[in-house]
Order: sequence, then structure tokens, then C-alpha cells
Amino acid sequence: MSPQIAPLSLFFASIFTSNILLANFLGMCSFISISKDYTSSNGLGLAVTVVLTITGVVNWAVLHYILYPLGLYYLRFIVFIIVIAAVVQILEMVIDRLSPALYMTLGIFLPLITVNCAILGAVLFIEIRNYTLGQSAIFSLGSGLGWWLAIASLAAIRKKVDKAPVPAGLKGPGITLITIGFMAMAFIGFSGMLQVQ
Amino acid sequence: MLIPVFLASSAVGAITAILALLISVTDKVVNNYGEVTIDINQGKRQLKVKGGAPLLFSLAEVGIYVPSACGGRGSCGACKVKVTSDVGPHLPTELPYMNKEETQENVRLSCQIKLKKDITIQIPESLFNIKRYTGTVEKIRNVTHDIKEVYIRLDEPKEIDFLAGQYVQLMVPPYDKIKEPTERAYSMSSRPSDRNHVELLVRLVPGGIVTTYVHTRMKEGEKVTVTGPFGEFHVRETGATMLCVAGGSGMAPFKSILYDMVEKGKTDREVWYFFGARTKKDLFYLEELQQLETQWPSFHFIAALSEPQPEDDWKGETGLITQVLEKYLTTQIDRSKPMEGYLCGSPGMLDACIAVMKKFQVPPDKIYFDKFA
Repeated sequence: MSPQIAPLSLFFASIFTSNILLANFLGMCSFISISKDYTSSNGLGLAVTVVLTITGVVNWAVLHYILYPLGLYYLRFIVFIIVIAAVVQILEMVIDRLSPALYMTLGIFLPLITVNCAILGAVLFIEIRNYTLGQSAIFSLGSGLGWWLAIASLAAIRKKVDKAPVPAGLKGPGITLITIGFMAMAFIGFSGMLQVQ
Repeated sequence: MLIPVFLASSAVGAITAILALLISVTDKVVNNYGEVTIDINQGKRQLKVKGGAPLLFSLAEVGIYVPSACGGRGSCGACKVKVTSDVGPHLPTELPYMNKEETQENVRLSCQIKLKKDITIQIPESLFNIKRYTGTVEKIRNVTHDIKEVYIRLDEPKEIDFLAGQYVQLMVPPYDKIKEPTERAYSMSSRPSDRNHVELLVRLVPGGIVTTYVHTRMKEGEKVTVTGPFGEFHVRETGATMLCVAGGSGMAPFKSILYDMVEKGKTDREVWYFFGARTKKDLFYLEELQQLETQWPSFHFIAALSEPQPEDDWKGETGLITQVLEKYLTTQIDRSKPMEGYLCGSPGMLDACIAVMKKFQVPPDKIYFDKFA
């Protein structure tokens, strides 16, 4: 049965308390590598949000209208990935056309959204938690925005950290991981207020 | 048992097909850049082409062949074109082939630039003379154990206009694991007066796509495609002493240059031609060149073997060609006259020869060569 949860609560929970990155730790590779640069972080955040929202809804429809009725539930992983790959492919062409500069800065990470764990992860949450179509849309949009918020904040923090006197051995990934740890604590700190299951 | 299998595969197939359809529709809509104008050399030529393709291919479609030894894969760096309108920053695929001045002047690899909007470019006028020829292989002859002389008759267009020393690109069809037609550059060894033929010397390079094809598959009577002429390697009309150095199939441009000079009666010029090989079986055209020496008193041909074998019974020069060049520059050649260097061979040989020539005060801008890599 679909869980009873107010749309607004679900939306805020997916952005803050159950942030896909900082509470569930999904989609870390591009999170760490792209957050070097604030502009590309924003671009990738937008791209992930768009892909996540579209694939969340499309995969819900595929699951409920094709896979369940035909008894092909066991094929869900392969079908989800195919849908995600196609959406990314289309998005790639659109970005190349609209903003070649963004296309250049995102580089390899744009096609790699296909295998971004956050996206498949959100889709699988939708499936496990038995969300309705509306809930799926809100949840995937919220998760995308949460991912965007996390990467944009990390990029902003890293901009400051770049100028800070960090001990040599911690420069680069070291201090970034520590930063992420603190961010995660802050986000998880809210989890008592709202919980989504 | 069969029904679920059928159902599963057709469901996945159908989903994939719908998505593929969506992708190709988006591709058609998004990658439709409409008609794009290419302005060449400040309005000299204005071309209207369909946008979306790399500049190199769009130019080739309208009959302007920018040199490209790798066929547009971005691995040879030959297809440089100066772009004077804004096409965005240099791509990571272009940067390895650009020096500082080229980056500043916005010289680009034409195979890497996608035509998205109107563009203005500057190319050498000589590129307008470049055509794509279809021809027939008339004769293939082994001149050494690993070099073949390929004589091609031009069918369409029938005649080529080139300067002795220039090169063409030979295209071979897909074979074995090679899925696409492949082009490589070869200097023409034929004389410019032989207007409806080109002759190429092709040395077998282990693992080389085109050389392997020429050596193992090419048959007489076969149709081939050549594009050209390309290159800045030709004799400068100065009267200076010519120091020519070649190795292996680097013989080709000099064969063309020397016979062209004889035909045009320019035999008052002093020419020293140094040809390096490993052993006697790597030497060729010896008789022809010795013959040339008798009718052209100021032409000197010096062949040198770096690893003469006992059975070669070699009485000529030995050692690396650079050592022989140095020896002749010290002892035989009149260094009070101006000198020019003409080189054709491996990159290593080119660098070594340039070093020797510089040592003997040949001005670096008077040393000519085409580097194919």
C-alpha cells in the first residue's frame, strides 16, 4: 500500500532530512570531483535534477503499467537503467545545443549521470516504498533538488577551503571528505523532524 | 516456458525501441542547425552547407580538401584551419597539436569543430587546387623487399597539377577488422609533366593500415581514390646549393624533383643527394640516379649504408646518413655558396639532419620538409 504522507513533508524530507547525498550517500563520485568548480556544480545539479525527475516518473509508469501487469518485475533493474540512459542521452544533446560551454565543463560527467547511483537509488526507493505517481514525482524532484543543494553547498565551501591554511597532507580529497562528513552531520541532524519511509 | 521468455524479451525490446525512437527524433530536432555559411578568406568564397557536421567534412563535401592524414579522428593534427569567428574555446582534443601562437591566433583542428553557426575561416589559396581523384592502379612493382612502387592512372578528373615534392592522400577501402576507409599521405614520385598519373612509393610499416593493404591486397586494375596535391615541400627557385637527404621511401619526392629539374633544364644548379639505407637490399633506383649523374654534372648522388653486410660487397659510403652529410659538408661541398636543405624521412632522421645543417650555417628557415606523423 502507498504510504500516507503529506506532499509537502515528502518534498522537504527528500531535500533535507533524507537528502539523497548526505543521508543516503548516493552519487558520491561526481559529487566529489565536480564540486571543485561552482559553476559546473550548478550545471550538473540542474542536469541531475532534470534527469531524476523525468526518470522517477517514467520509471514509475513503466513499473506500474508494463512490468507489474506482465509479471516482469524481475526485469526492473535493466529496464530502469535503459530508461535512465535514454533520458541522459537526450539531455546531453539538448545541453550541447543550448549551452556548449556547460557541455564542455561537464565533460565526461554528463554521460556518467547514467550510472549516477543517486538516480537509480531514487527510482528504487520509489519502488520499495510503493509511492503513488504524485509521490514519485515529488520525491524525485525533491531528491534532485537535494542533490543539487548538496553539491552547490559543497562547491561553495570548497571555494573557501581553497584559501584556508589546510595542512599539506589533507589538501584535496582529504579535507573534502571531512567537509562532507560535517555537512552530512548537519543534514542528518534534522532527521528527527521528518522521516520518510 | 517459452511464453514468459518471449514476453520478457519483447517487452524490453519494445521499451528500448520506443526510447531509441525518442532519441533519434530529438537528434533530428536538436541537431538540426539548418544552413550554415562558411566564409573563406574574407569573402573570397561563401559556401552554404548543412550544419551539424565537423568543419573538415563539410568542406570536403563542397570540394575543399583540408589535409588530414588520419581521416578526421583528431590524431594527426594536420587539418589546421584559422578560424576568425567565435567557435568557443579550444577543445581538449585540439590542444596537444597547438603551439602558443596557434592557440592565440585561434588556429583549430577542422575535424574537431562542429558547424553550429556561420563561421569565417582562413585557408591557404593552394587548398582550392586540391581535388579528389578516382584512379586505377596500373602497375605495382617491388623496388626493394619492403617498398612497392604504385603507379596510378587518374580517371576522374583526368589530370593533376602539382609541384614536384608535394604529396597526396591515398584512400584504401575497409578490410578485415578495419571498418572504415582509411587515408594516409604519400609523396608523389612521378613527374609533374606526367599529368594523368601519380606514382607513390609505399614502404610496409608493420601494423600500418594502408601500407599493409597496399602490400598484401592491392591488385593491378583496382580502383583507388587519391586526394591532393598537398604540402609545402617543393624546390625554391633560388639557385642555392640543394642539400637533399632521404631514407627509405623518402626517395619519392626527390625522384619527382630531380627528374622535373632535368625536364625543365634547371641543371645548372648544384644538387647533393644523400640517400641512407641499412643494407644493400634497402637501396633502389641506383642505376637511374647514377645515369642522372652522368648527364647532369653538378648533381651528386651519395648512397650510404649504415649496416653493410659482408655479402653486400659495398664500396660506397658507410655510417649514418647524418655522419656522411657532415663529412661531405666538411670536405667536398663549397660552403661559401648559399645552401638550402631538403629533407624527407623519419622524424628522427629529420631532427638529426636539421641539427647537422644548422651546425654548417644552413639557415633554419631554408630547411624544407613535410612531417607526416
